[in-house]
Parts: sequence; structure tokens; C-alpha cells
Amino acid sequence: MTDVTVAKEDAAPVGDLVVLKDVNKHFGALHVLQDIDLTIARGEVVVVIGPSGSGKSTLCRTINRLETIDSGSIAIDGKPLPAEGKELARLRADVGMVFQSFNLFAHKTILENVTLGQVKVRKADKKVAEEKARALLDRVGVGAQADKYPAQLSGGQQQRVAIARALAMEPKVMLFDEPTSALDPEMINEVLEVMQQLARDGMTMIVVTHEMGFARSAANRVVFMADGRIVEEAAPEQFFSNPRSDRAKDFLSKILHH
Amino acid sequence: MFDFLEGYDLLGAFWATVQLTVYSAIGSLIWGTLLAGMRVGPVPLMRAFGTAYVNFVRNIPLTVIILFSSLGLYQTLGVDLGGDGIVQVISFRLSVLGLIVYTSAFVCEALRSGINTVPVGQAEAARALGLNFGQVLRLIVLPQAFRAAVAPLANVLIALTKNTTVAAVIGVAEASLLMKEMIENEAQLVLIGAVFAFGFVCLTLPTGLLMGLLGKKVAVKR
Repeated sequence: MTDVTVAKEDAAPVGDLVVLKDVNKHFGALHVLQDIDLTIARGEVVVVIGPSGSGKSTLCRTINRLETIDSGSIAIDGKPLPAEGKELARLRADVGMVFQSFNLFAHKTILENVTLGQVKVRKADKKVAEEKARALLDRVGVGAQADKYPAQLSGGQQQRVAIARALAMEPKVMLFDEPTSALDPEMINEVLEVMQQLARDGMTMIVVTHEMGFARSAANRVVFMADGRIVEEAAPEQFFSNPRSDRAKDFLSKILHH
Repeated sequence: MFDFLEGYDLLGAFWATVQLTVYSAIGSLIWGTLLAGMRVGPVPLMRAFGTAYVNFVRNIPLTVIILFSSLGLYQTLGVDLGGDGIVQVISFRLSVLGLIVYTSAFVCEALRSGINTVPVGQAEAARALGLNFGQVLRLIVLPQAFRAAVAPLANVLIALTKNTTVAAVIGVAEASLLMKEMIENEAQLVLIGAVFAFGFVCLTLPTGLLMGLLGKKVAVKR
């Protein structure tokens, strides 16, 4: 896997795309993010893992400001994350997000889900947007479902549409917040395959997941979080075969031995 | 048996009721939607205004609002809404205004209950695409909220139809004012009452049925 990633890093312009510095966040008394420093390079695939409640989903959501932060700074492509308003909307258009519960627009068809952002945010021509949407839907393998409504699709299909919807905005970076956690087991692979393809194509990705197989095969780096802190960062091979921290050892022993 | 009806413009009176209902319904749907938008919006001042408006207005009797628009707005302040001195026209317009002011508070709350049925993730996904607040509300949240709010909105519309009778207190020639006149002049007390009751049921029953069908047809599947 590493040789593939080296090739794609060479192709992409070098530089840090997402930089989090000293980020802190509280939910009431709960200190969910504690002094988070994280830098993600262009074209890098970073997988965030950790026990539930460790703050990994919150971390993911702060990057496009679906969650605000109390202190610290987040910059995307050199620009600090703006406060609410036009600037923030513009930045969010550049950051693709895929949710655990898909969140496809329930009253719109699959095709409309994928064209909406292009037309309303990117001001693309409707015809052009539809062509692009159909191409993307074909790419993720749900082209035949374009005229159906989200509720008529399986979870795996819905999540692939959600990926297509995010890709339609031509994002600089894609955030995945536990994209397979709400899926039936037999549908997980079809989503992971799409994500793996995306990683091979050089997309910068931040993936919060419990899929260790995906972390091993597609990630450049694994970030392990516990109790609101980044406890360990390492290449996947090193992390899974030889974790340094006790928390990571403990976590891995619980999930890998059955 | 029904010859006491002769000489009265029964259809005309109910037509006035229908007109009051339709104009007020359109106005309160628009103003109520704006109020709901304010109540769920990010601007604290607008949220406070929306909340205050709804809690103030829905606790005032409609009769007080209609009387105030006539005695206060028109006769004291001279607001005639372009009625050109024709009392019937002015009363009609003031009644519509009062009905809108009142009914929009209920439309707002019905709509807000609809908004609450839309999962948070819908708005989050829309924001994550880069849509601004107005677009999220207009394109994603409200269309789904309206579909979920059809049943409560039907209740509001039925209540509005019946509430138009309050316009009689400022002399709008709608159904209930005609009923009052007929009861004074004719000896068929029970029959007159029944005729007008039947007339209102003819207006509201189909409203409820149609809105019920509409609600089922447009329901969002999740």
C-alpha cells in the first residue's frame, strides 16, 4: 500500500491542507477535545480511531465547524476557519462531509441530492450538474437509482450516494464521520471499496472509523484518540503491530482478538 | 319549508366568509412562515421577536384584535388600508389584517412542530455542502416541515374559517352577520341555525378531508 501512497503524494502539490493547533472544546463540564494538534498533508489519508466518547467524531465535525471550538485554531489550505456567514459557507463547500446516518435529503431524489450543491452553491448550470451527478453516481455504483428517493435505497447505497453528493462539490478534503457504523455488515464493504478507490485517486481524507481493515489498507497514518486527547500517531503497520501507548495496546487487545 | 330564505343573499354571505378565509389563510401562511423562520434562526433579536409575538398574540382574544383594528387603527388613527372611504371595504380589509395577525401565530407554531420532525442531520448535511442559513431553511428544512405540518395546518385553517365570523363585530357582511339579521326578522330560529351550521360544515369538512389526503400524499419517507 505504501508505494501507491508515495506515488500519489508526488503527484499532488505538497503542503499542509488541514492544520489544527491547540484545539480545546467542552460540552458543559466534559472536556471533549484537549490540546489537539494535528496536521494533515495534501493527499494524505488519516484514520482516526479510539474508544467511543474519545472525541473523534467531535474532532471530525470541528474541521468544517459543525461544532465550534472553545480555543485554538483550525486552518484549511492556509486559511483560518471563518466564523458563521458567507465565508464559512464557502469553506464548507470545499470540505466534503459524509455522516454516519447518511443524511440524504429525504424529500429529494438521488439525482437532486447530488445536483443541489452544485447548482445552489457552485452556481453550476443544471444540465452540467446533472451530467456530473450521473457520472459520479455511476462511479459509486448507484447510477441506476438516480430517480428514486433515499428511503427506497439500502443503507450501503445511500452512503455511496452521500459520498457522491460530497464529491460533486469537488472538495479539497473529505471528512468521514463513522461512515459504516450504521450499516448492515454485508453493506460495509461496498462503501469501504468506494472510499479505498477515493484514497487511491489521491483525495485527502480524514476518516473516523472502527474498520481496522480499512485503516490498515488505505491509511497513511493512524491517529489514536482517548479521553479527548491524541494519544498516539503512527503509520498503520507500526500502530497495529507495535503500539507504543498502554491505552492503544488496551484498545487493540479488545477489538482485534475475536 | 325554506321559503324564509327568500330575499336574503345567503350565497353572497358565505362567499364573503370564503373570501375572508382565503385572503387571511394566504396572509397568515406567509407571515407565519416568516415568524417560524425567525424562531429557528440564528439571530437572537429575531428569535426573541418571534417568541414574543407568538406568545403575545395567541393569548389575546381574536375579538379584541378585530375590534382594535377597527376602533383603534381605523377610527382613531385613520388607517383605512386604501379602502377609499367605503366602510364595507375598509371593514373587510381590517378584518383580514386582524385575522392574519392572529392566525399567523398558530401557523408559526404548527410549522415549528413540523420543523422539529426534520432530523438535525438534514440541516447539517445542507450546511456541510455550503448552503447558507436561508437556503438550508428554504430548500431543505421548510419543504420537509410543511409536509409534516399538513395535519396541524389543517386544524389552523378550519379554525380560521370559523374565526372569520368574528369579523361580524365590525360589520363585515359575512355568514354570521346574515344569520343574526335573519334570526331577528324570521320566525324559523332552529332552521336558520341549522342552515348556517350546515353551511360552515360544508366549508370545513372538505378542507379537513382534502388536507388529510394531501398530508398522506406528500409525506416524506424516512
